Amino acid sequence: MAATGERHEPGGGPAAGRDPRRVRMVPGGPMLVEGPVEVVLEDGSTVVSDRWLVALCLCRRSRTYPFCDTSHRRRRRT
Amino acid sequence: MTVQQDPRPVRAPAAAGQAVPEPRGPLSRAVAAALESGPPPAAGTLPVADAASADPYGEDLQLALHTCYELHYQGWAGVDPDWEWDPGLLHLRGAMEAVFLAALRRDVPGGTDVEGTLEEPLAEAADARGVSRHLRDDGAWWQVREHAALRAVYHLKEADPHAWVIPRLRGRAKTALVAVENDEFGGGRPEMIHQGLYADLLDDLGLDPTYGAYVDAAPAVMLATVNMMSLFGLRRSLRAALVGHFAAAEITTAPSARRIVAALDRLGAGPRARLFYTEHIEADAVHEQVLRHDVIGGLLADEPGLAGGVVLGVQATGLLEDRLGAYLLGHWDAGRPALRRPLPDAPGPAAGGGTGGGR
Repeated sequence: MAATGERHEPGGGPAAGRDPRRVRMVPGGPMLVEGPVEVVLEDGSTVVSDRWLVALCLCRRSRTYPFCDTSHRRRRRT
Repeated sequence: MTVQQDPRPVRAPAAAGQAVPEPRGPLSRAVAAALESGPPPAAGTLPVADAASADPYGEDLQLALHTCYELHYQGWAGVDPDWEWDPGLLHLRGAMEAVFLAALRRDVPGGTDVEGTLEEPLAEAADARGVSRHLRDDGAWWQVREHAALRAVYHLKEADPHAWVIPRLRGRAKTALVAVENDEFGGGRPEMIHQGLYADLLDDLGLDPTYGAYVDAAPAVMLATVNMMSLFGLRRSLRAALVGHFAAAEITTAPSARRIVAALDRLGAGPRARLFYTEHIEADAVHEQVLRHDVIGGLLADEPGLAGGVVLGVQATGLLEDRLGAYLLGHWDAGRPALRRPLPDAPGPAAGGGTGGGR
């Protein structure tokens, strides 16, 4: 929050109506971002998700990239 | 991704219009007779002692359980709603639940290793066959329709059984589970409630979207998957199993939903059939994480002694889904319909049509 110059209450309380957006990294899995989000892709196009929580693909295997479709899961060879 | 909704009428909740299912044996016959006799209590005695010797996965016990549980959901046409809390009927239901629950506990490995148990549904066997793989690669149109009709027993009440657990949770686990449930119920948009999306799917596939329409057609192997949810949901002592079941279901949905989308595309199904499953690919990729980290994590942080219950829920879900999958593929491989009341376009009982062919 320092970068925006906004004051942030100790203990994580809201200040000036802006909370930090929570992002959670899942080991070996997606990045979870509180929605809604607008994602700008490499080619400049944007996609929007209005879900309350959005799973962004980090492994690049998703067939619904940039959103996670669980393709990161390891595959069992038998 | 944002789902653009065309303005369209919101499907009204179906009225409790389904008749009590046709009995399949002495237990379900006794339950049906009691419900159709008028207001409670039952005139005679219910066959509580007979429940103990019934096949836990059999047609009779599973249908009798389903008929009892439905009193807690939408009820049955012409049946007094006070049967829901009739002590005599609850006594019989309890005896049947004891048989079913004992079988589930007997037939799963058990243990208290939650993380290890969740690896099983997480690790996809790359070459496992499975129903969704069959539908994607070789499924015939009538098989896609049979699968949709069977699953209607659950999806027209999707997420309802899981709502029972809400007051049994606290704090982080409760907040997270309700957030997932809110998604299931449309996130404030009635046109996106998953039960309604499934009714649209049925309609798109030329099937009956009425609540309960395929209960009589559904074999015990399907009813058992829904009875398990009702059992886990309605008993506070099984709250951890309900949570474990929910996580296991959400973990397995996204990949199988993607394969069913491929099947629907290959066979030329309509956009409303597609929407139900495309919605579940992304939604359940998120739900899986929330269930694992916040619901299970929160529950076990609060009540560490419940790990065995979570494991039971995960393993029982796998057990019953595997049984259902084997049943479906066994029938379809033999060119036989899986429904007790075959759809008009399914092969006849004696016909061996194979599994190929389109719509």
